[in-house]
Amino acid sequence: MDIDSPKKIDHRLKTHPIIPIEERNRVDFTFNGEKMSGVDGEPVTSALYANGVRVFGHHQRDGAPQGIFCVNGQCSQCMVVVGGFPVKGCMTALREGMEIRSCDGYPSLPADDERPDYSGCLEIKTDVLVIGGGPAGINAAIELGRLGIDTLLVDDKKDLGGKLTLQTHPFFGSRDDCYAGTRGIRIAEILTGELEKLDSVRVLAGTTAVGVFFDRKIGIYDGKEYILVDPGVVLIACGAREKTLAFPGCDLPGVYGAGAFQTLLNRDLVRPTERLFIVGGGNVGLIAGYHAIQAGIKVVGLVEALDKCGGYKVHLDKLRRLGVPVYTSHTVLKAEGDGKLERITICRLDAAFNHVSGTETRFEVDTLLLAVGLSPVDELYTQLEKFGVKCFNCGDSEEIAEASAAIFSGRITGRRIARYLGKDVDIPEEWEATQQILRSKPGAVIPFEPEIKNSRAFPVIRCVEEIPCNPCVDACQKCSITIPGGSIMGQPVFSGECTGCLKCVDACPALAITLVRPGHDAEKGTSLVVVPFELPPGELKAGSFVNTVDMEGRPIGKGRVVSIKNSPFDKKRLLVSLEVPEAEACLAAGFTVLEREKGTETDGMGKPLPDETVICRCERVTAGEVRAQIRAGVRDMNILKATVRTGMGACGGKTCTDLILRLFRSEGVDPSEVTLPTGRPFVSEVPLSFFANVKKGVEE
Amino acid sequence: MISKYDAIIIGAGSVGCPTAYFLALEGWRVLVLDTAHSAGQGQNKAAIGGVRATHSDPAKITLCLQSLEIFSTWKEKHGTDIGWIKGGYCYPVYREEDEKTLRSLLPRQKKFGLDIDFVGPEEIARLVPGINMDGLRGGTYSPGDGQVSPLKMSAAFWQESKDRGAEYRFNEPVKGLLIKSGRIEGVRTVKGEYYSDVVVNAAGSFGMEVGMMAGIDIPVVPESHEAGISAPMERFFDPLIVDMRPGPEGRTTNFYFGQNDRGQVIFCYTPIDPIIGRNRSCTSEFMPVISRRLIDLIPRLRNMLVRRVWRGLYPMTPDGIIILDQVREVRGHYLCVGMCGQGFMLGPGVGLNMANFIVRGKPLIDAEIFKSVGFYRDFNAKRSEALK
Repeated sequence: MDIDSPKKIDHRLKTHPIIPIEERNRVDFTFNGEKMSGVDGEPVTSALYANGVRVFGHHQRDGAPQGIFCVNGQCSQCMVVVGGFPVKGCMTALREGMEIRSCDGYPSLPADDERPDYSGCLEIKTDVLVIGGGPAGINAAIELGRLGIDTLLVDDKKDLGGKLTLQTHPFFGSRDDCYAGTRGIRIAEILTGELEKLDSVRVLAGTTAVGVFFDRKIGIYDGKEYILVDPGVVLIACGAREKTLAFPGCDLPGVYGAGAFQTLLNRDLVRPTERLFIVGGGNVGLIAGYHAIQAGIKVVGLVEALDKCGGYKVHLDKLRRLGVPVYTSHTVLKAEGDGKLERITICRLDAAFNHVSGTETRFEVDTLLLAVGLSPVDELYTQLEKFGVKCFNCGDSEEIAEASAAIFSGRITGRRIARYLGKDVDIPEEWEATQQILRSKPGAVIPFEPEIKNSRAFPVIRCVEEIPCNPCVDACQKCSITIPGGSIMGQPVFSGECTGCLKCVDACPALAITLVRPGHDAEKGTSLVVVPFELPPGELKAGSFVNTVDMEGRPIGKGRVVSIKNSPFDKKRLLVSLEVPEAEACLAAGFTVLEREKGTETDGMGKPLPDETVICRCERVTAGEVRAQIRAGVRDMNILKATVRTGMGACGGKTCTDLILRLFRSEGVDPSEVTLPTGRPFVSEVPLSFFANVKKGVEE
Repeated sequence: MISKYDAIIIGAGSVGCPTAYFLALEGWRVLVLDTAHSAGQGQNKAAIGGVRATHSDPAKITLCLQSLEIFSTWKEKHGTDIGWIKGGYCYPVYREEDEKTLRSLLPRQKKFGLDIDFVGPEEIARLVPGINMDGLRGGTYSPGDGQVSPLKMSAAFWQESKDRGAEYRFNEPVKGLLIKSGRIEGVRTVKGEYYSDVVVNAAGSFGMEVGMMAGIDIPVVPESHEAGISAPMERFFDPLIVDMRPGPEGRTTNFYFGQNDRGQVIFCYTPIDPIIGRNRSCTSEFMPVISRRLIDLIPRLRNMLVRRVWRGLYPMTPDGIIILDQVREVRGHYLCVGMCGQGFMLGPGVGLNMANFIVRGKPLIDAEIFKSVGFYRDFNAKRSEALK
């Protein structure tokens, strides 16, 4: 077997500009007999990744190597065998002395023939069950807890916070409403702390809601016990899962979701890649790219199929300034490598999204992140509704938006539930309005026309696109930054007095504000520009020269580093003072840190989505197999399950259903003609012993 | 132009599809109608796929022997894999009364051609590694039985019958039968009328409703059973296993399970109190109960991952015996209903015999045995069926 021979390199973050790297308890374990070292309690997949293991097993159907994919307990692709038991590596905590083996072909059941004892099946009654402890779920639980309502919150991860725990960047929005300016990881801590103060809220972390039943009970399990919950009301706050994309090689280890990447990097502090490429220019892809650079990872490029990135312009600009080439109207043609990703080929798309021959370009990368959108995790909601259970939905599982919007959505929904339960509580009208604003897509872009001000210091604000955000307004002591029109969606403008205090430079979550101090050296005709910086300083030191760039990353000239200081407000952010020619002072928005790579021109366009492309990862069903069925007249995904087994695997069609619908469309079939597969429990696989509440049995 | 078919079959499931196939083989022009969006979407896909001739009722034994012949030679004849595994059926025995019952059935089972014997505990342990040996007395083993994927089988019958000219119309519920002077003339659906001198009721759990359209009272009431399936694993046992004992939890009579062609364990139990009705949503009760039964019998199963659960309907007759007949009140109208949860394993045998009965007026199996499953029998006569 060509399991990666793990090199003795420790792929862990040693330092990080934002995340504190603390000493953690180390444990020894083995993988296929080889001794390795990991962190006590971290997910098995993260421990393996830190030891350089990229392939966790080989598929039973065709022996294809299996790498990580969702790192979120959804897909089962990271199945490994621990102490004889098949488990999802990303949901299993590493322990001292663990014997881990790759899952090659079918796992075999250990011949463990001792008859066990059972404990009784626990049943918990609760007025409100909140499923999901991310920004939406926690805030709903806080509202409920403040009103003394009996609430049980379950979350499948061991730490609450959901995706907040991956967000090292400061939040957008407004300071009053949703912790704008504070980093997501810190917001998670604040919210969890709030929750702990509330007596009527019970929290079960590390607990997955696996199924909803007709008798209005919900099965949950915490890795040790299976519990039936009998709730009055259920709130689904399960967030979103990443959509995916099919192309040749999309199933190679090394191709996975941007969320999976952020989980490995920002939560588990593992540096999973050296050279990265990103598909998708929404906020998820843009932010993942930024997080990668923060960790010292080379971001080789980003492709976006549309002619414009869908994420916030400020996020896009941040990436471009650091030197990441962004290819709009481009897509990934194929991924290749021997057993794992080694290179990708991208190409241009025409207006009708057809591949343009002659534009194929190849890049050598070890990782390709898919950030092609999110879809709500709402299957439990759908089933609960069917069974007549009173249920609510909030955050991304209701509508995909930013985490700031999820915070608000949770608050509002918490109060709505309280009112449903007869509590006399007000839902301020402005909350709804704020939620709508926070959910808004970016709006109009105004031209950027900075002008030199006759002043000792003044900020240059590069926030030219309408987005819901205003920390700079709050930051200015002199109230010189305002958003005309009153809504936080508008673009902030500076006019009036500036003391040069740098608070706005510090406060802007997007690093879109610089401070100009004109007349630094009258003889040389230079000014100072203070640029916010959140990367490891590396070679950067006073006296060194940098290549300055404008707002969108276009080169301007040279700047001399005068000083590098910690921001007096946010200790994690650096403020770099650059000396630049007077005329460039307002234009210089930052400086490049990455060397731009052009890639290699190549050919071999081939047909889009060739037959051998894997569509269903769990069962390794190809586009060709599905196409043949569609061409034979199949319009029912339930028949596809029978004939080619799409959706019959561990993930239950969560990944491939969308891709199959796209195949139907490309074959000229209107998706409304297609019958979707029937959803049934369980949403993830559960060992039999848990249902029986076996007293001793599977190890954690 | 009025289109007229040689036969119209109501129901594209475990029974309707094979019946269509065998009629098409006879060169008949067949129309199959179903309310669902494709074949096998009723109770067929809820079956766990065990196929056995190990019954106590002569009709079931003989029909299932024919089914087994069809299942076991399918791939050879048609080239399509239907997941057939000839792993046999095994009834492990822990109680004296069960041993007595099973032993007393052997002569009759053998008389009808079933390859079955009572074997000792060592042989059972060889067949089912890890089985609880505590009090194990042995059990029956019938190596000719096996399992098939219901999903693949219904798709295969649908495909093969289509290839032989059968026409399928889905999403088309039947609203009435066209009957004139005691003779069937066709059916009326939500979309239109179709004409034929032969109409077969193979409507499964809707058998009674279709019967009402013919003005007859078919005593078929759906009950439900829940089932589940594991993740795939290395094959470690071949036979389908039936544990006849009632469960210690007081809710189950027997339970049964097997490991399919993909290495997945499929399992199901019979509740003591039948759950009547057509609800197919899963209950919270099933997994806690079946998990202990499975682990008590084979402790190592505790480590398997459970993937999915579902609930399927057993269209039950009062005596637990199926109904195959022609309707006396409406000439040209045939019944193959009330499969009592065994429609999948009986289906091919039923289809083959009904096709012969319809085309030649004579089934393949013994006429007396065929009569025993007639519609005009006394459903309340005490018929004891030792093996359900």
